Amino acid sequence: MDESTIASRGLWGDALVRLRHDRAASVALALLGFLALAALIAPLLSPWRYDSLDWQHLASPPGIADAHWLGTDRLGRDLLVRTLHGLRLSLLLAGLASGVSLLIGVLWGAAAGLSGGRIDGAMMRFVDVLYSLPYLFVVIILTTLFPRGSLAVLALALAAVGWLTTARIVRAQTLALKRREFLEAARATGAAPARILWHHIVPNVVGPVVVYGTLIVPQMILFESFLSFLGLGVQEPQASLGNLIYAGAQEMESAPWMVLVPATALVLLLLCLNVLGDGLRDAFDPRER
Amino acid sequence: MLKLALRRIAALLPTLLVIVTLSFAIIRLAPGGPFDAEQGVSPAVRANLERLYGLSKPLHVQYLRYLRALAHGDFGPSLRQRDFTVRELIAQGLPISATLGLCAIALALLGGIPAGIAAALWRSPAADFSVAAIAALGMALPSFVIGPLLALVFGIYLRWLPVAGWQPGTARYLLLPVLTLALPLAVALARLTRASLLEVLRAPYVRSARARGIGEARLVWRHALRPALLPVASYLGPATAFVITGSLVVEAVFGLPGTGRYLVQGAIDRDYPLVMGMVIVYGILTLLLNLLADLACGWLDPAIRHG
Amino acid sequence: MGCAMPSIPASADHSQDAAAVLSVRRLSVAFDTPNGAVQAVRDVTLSVAAGECLGVVGESGSGKSQLFLAMLGLLAANGRATGSARLGQTELIGLRGPALDRVRGVQIGMVFQDPMTSLTPHLTIGAQLAEVLRRHRGLERAAARARAEGLLERVHVSDPARRLEQYPHELSGGMRQRAMIAIALAAEPRLLIADEPTTSLDVTIQAQILALLAELKGTHGLALVLITHDVAALAGVADRVAVMRHGTLIETGPVREVLRTPRDPYTRELLQESSAPPPVQVAARTPSAAAAGGAALSVRDLGVRYRVRGRWLEPATPLAALTGVSLELRAGESLGIVGESGSGKSTLARAVLRLLDASSGRVVWMGRELATLRSPELRALRRDLQIIFQEPLGSLDPRMTVAEIIEEPLLVHERSLDAAARRAVVATALARVGLAAALAGRYPHELSGGQGQRVGIARAMVLAPRLLVCDEPVSALDAPTQRQIVSLLGELRRAQGLTLLFISHNLAVVRELCERVLVLYLGRRVELAPAAELFAAPRHPYSRELLAAIPVADADVQPARLAAVRAGEPPSPLDPPSGCVYRTRCAQAAAQCAVRFPEWEEEGGRGIACYRWRELA
Repeated sequence: MDESTIASRGLWGDALVRLRHDRAASVALALLGFLALAALIAPLLSPWRYDSLDWQHLASPPGIADAHWLGTDRLGRDLLVRTLHGLRLSLLLAGLASGVSLLIGVLWGAAAGLSGGRIDGAMMRFVDVLYSLPYLFVVIILTTLFPRGSLAVLALALAAVGWLTTARIVRAQTLALKRREFLEAARATGAAPARILWHHIVPNVVGPVVVYGTLIVPQMILFESFLSFLGLGVQEPQASLGNLIYAGAQEMESAPWMVLVPATALVLLLLCLNVLGDGLRDAFDPRER
Repeated sequence: MLKLALRRIAALLPTLLVIVTLSFAIIRLAPGGPFDAEQGVSPAVRANLERLYGLSKPLHVQYLRYLRALAHGDFGPSLRQRDFTVRELIAQGLPISATLGLCAIALALLGGIPAGIAAALWRSPAADFSVAAIAALGMALPSFVIGPLLALVFGIYLRWLPVAGWQPGTARYLLLPVLTLALPLAVALARLTRASLLEVLRAPYVRSARARGIGEARLVWRHALRPALLPVASYLGPATAFVITGSLVVEAVFGLPGTGRYLVQGAIDRDYPLVMGMVIVYGILTLLLNLLADLACGWLDPAIRHG
Repeated sequence: MGCAMPSIPASADHSQDAAAVLSVRRLSVAFDTPNGAVQAVRDVTLSVAAGECLGVVGESGSGKSQLFLAMLGLLAANGRATGSARLGQTELIGLRGPALDRVRGVQIGMVFQDPMTSLTPHLTIGAQLAEVLRRHRGLERAAARARAEGLLERVHVSDPARRLEQYPHELSGGMRQRAMIAIALAAEPRLLIADEPTTSLDVTIQAQILALLAELKGTHGLALVLITHDVAALAGVADRVAVMRHGTLIETGPVREVLRTPRDPYTRELLQESSAPPPVQVAARTPSAAAAGGAALSVRDLGVRYRVRGRWLEPATPLAALTGVSLELRAGESLGIVGESGSGKSTLARAVLRLLDASSGRVVWMGRELATLRSPELRALRRDLQIIFQEPLGSLDPRMTVAEIIEEPLLVHERSLDAAARRAVVATALARVGLAAALAGRYPHELSGGQGQRVGIARAMVLAPRLLVCDEPVSALDAPTQRQIVSLLGELRRAQGLTLLFISHNLAVVRELCERVLVLYLGRRVELAPAAELFAAPRHPYSRELLAAIPVADADVQPARLAAVRAGEPPSPLDPPSGCVYRTRCAQAAAQCAVRFPEWEEEGGRGIACYRWRELA
């Protein structure tokens, strides 16, 4: 399909140029790359593993002693390594959950929007009802369905909530598209439904969905940390930003670094992702042109 | 307006029934039970307990029985916290959780909306940058990070307020939790208000009202503010969900004896009646606050009111 | 609607005399943009006397609106005004705060183009009127209400007491604009500025508003500034005319002089655009050549009904968008369809092409009934049946380049062509609609409206169709571009022997392009006639009203035309009147008209649906 690649080059090329001019988004992207890289090569950085205990340095504050640069926890586990480990876990889970929720959401929303009428009404009513539940219920109930701490289950549980918004966005997008005259023009040309779907609808929905995808990732990271914080997510000795912050909060009075280190990492990660998402949204928004 | 309200209220009950049915189905179809070996109960005792609580009957019979009891306001006994009915547990925790949540919403509205208006009206490059920075930071600071941080600063370093705990009738213990819960919400509301007011101020009808010489203050107050608050009112629905989930964390961080722990612990323990009770209480709360948000939208926009 | 003759002699000296309500001296407006300052208005000097109407005319971007927005301090934040504008003794430029608010609304009232978006949506009409009355006239609540009702009466709003309680979205477009005028007049200003007050309205409503402005002018010495892009709209209202182009004032003078003997070539151009098109070239377009072939397109008793979904648990309301429309089109012929919003003309276009399904009736193209075709057959047939849309940019896929858009019909219908052959065809098509080959790689958002419409035409024409349906193809374009597109369509039609179904609310354009014209009202056909005959001697009362509403750029004729404008609002298509749908606005309505819709009578190539046309002829 040579014509669609030309079209997307135009779209993506334009967006990339605009993104490069957005200083905040560029910084966020660089920082994010750095964090992701650090999370990936974490085991190479330090002699410690995330679950190795160092009985010589229980709850030692940050310093250069014995390569515990950001201190240790009550069991002498290296906080830097554990935080990076949690970072990797968060990114992995969020990526997985975002992917699944995008997939379900796009299919559901597009199906509802394209069918219209009663089917659309019923499908969106279902989404509305789930929406009116505090999302935590669904996640909590789902996480308790299966053994706690299973990553796949956790990702599914997060996705089960995340797809709702995607479905709404995609449906609204599809409905707006259906009213646009260029689809009518394509029909008037005699284009078959399959051609209309692939050449006209899909390219016009992809942009907003991609952008929304980058905004959903930080939400998923937040969810995961939140569940781990409540003890419903990742289980010890596995480290996640959420359970690290929870453990740190218990030791706050005597060892504040135990909460500050993972909290800073989380805030930094969320900040970068949000700023980048906002930048992408602006870059793709045709009104900015 | 009244018609809209009545129609929405009429729709509440069926929605609630769907929620109850869905939750009941999911919880009961989940593997594991309240008296499993995993929970430290021997098979014989388990069979007895299950008979006692009517858990051995077919699921649909249990469901109908539960609904009938519910219609009389009976949530059933807690399976794990013996000697307590679910209703008693809720009655203990709800006042604290509700006070916490409502105070937080009120604080966020009273702080966030005026801040957003101010940010929209007094613009300068420096102010815009600070607004963007604060907003970005606010969105990246979840309640389970702000909570410990506030406790660290005000409780441990400054020693102004208690770090955690609860004594009935003392506002001091609620101050930090409310602040923790309200802060991210206030930032979100301020951001939303600012963006939406800026958009409205560019609308043709604002220019046209300005051309009538009615004065800037009146212009903002009478002509621009109501439409600008429309997205804010629609956001109140998601905001409620945010406050409810946030209250779980805040109660855990500050050791408040609210209802949050019942939900988490109840789900882990498979304490069916307790979880169902919590789902219903939170479900009603969410639906009511969503209704309130809808009615606010109707008040703000006559076109919505007239359908 | 009262007398519209100018109350001030047209010969009155227009220099900076003592009687001037507004005198502008060397006023300039500039906007700061990232690419440097843009000069929107340069050194404009003009004045308006008490009781006088100054018409300001120019195309979009000529700076005519910015000039007056600058006086009221309503420029965008990056705009700066220099020079002087005096209202009586008050210098307006540089005025701020409370001092400015003692001028705005009090001494100068302003009416904007789009009454829907220019009225505050959440406040009732009464509240918005009372606000001005209480603030600027210091009236108490009850007094303000009574006065508000009086004001609505003065602008001829029907049922004023009830309107006071209504919100803008509950009123029709014409009512809204009247309410806007009432609000602008509430504090009894000395000057009323109307910025394109009729542009977004249907032609009959436009005439009503112009008649109202003509009536208001001069009462209590009210001076009026009427800003418009249409010279003809000024003819019945303005005493003097100022012509603007590229931010400068290029000509000013009494309305008769400027319209009759324009000095500047640009004014002449504007006059040409607004006046009736050149005489119909009857020889070139008599249908005789094609007449032998019989009907190429035949539409029988076509009806389209929608169901407007009610709210939850409420029944759906049926909406008849089109009822019992029949027409025949010979090969090579060109038929115009005219009517105002809600007349069903776009529905007709889509139903004819089966882009939407008709509820009743038949469409037959070259002997094949479209409704019975299966989708692959219909798709194959579509290469003969093409359409051009109203919104040039909306009808182009934003994610495709110009070349891809024009190429698409080839990919659908000419599968045998390879990429190089397609490129060649696209290049020819671009050249034929007058677009540079360099535009092929552009995306729609990089095109102007006129370029976009040319791309739409190239796409429609690339397969050499036999029937071309044009759905308001020029309404979204400004006047010079309209003219170019119309002549392009005329050329293509002559060159290719196209059969044309041309839908428009712009009668002048229809007159230029079409041999016959069908007039629709509220989904029904009311009259069909050869174009020349319809314009010379309309038979149906609605056709007459429609033609009478078109402004004529002649200051001697237009005042009388405006004075004869009839009041009346179009009924809602959701609740049409019984019998003849036009009877609620018809001056000749009789008892029988309310019973049932009149039969369609056809004789001598003309058709009409009216009980009384013979008596009225």
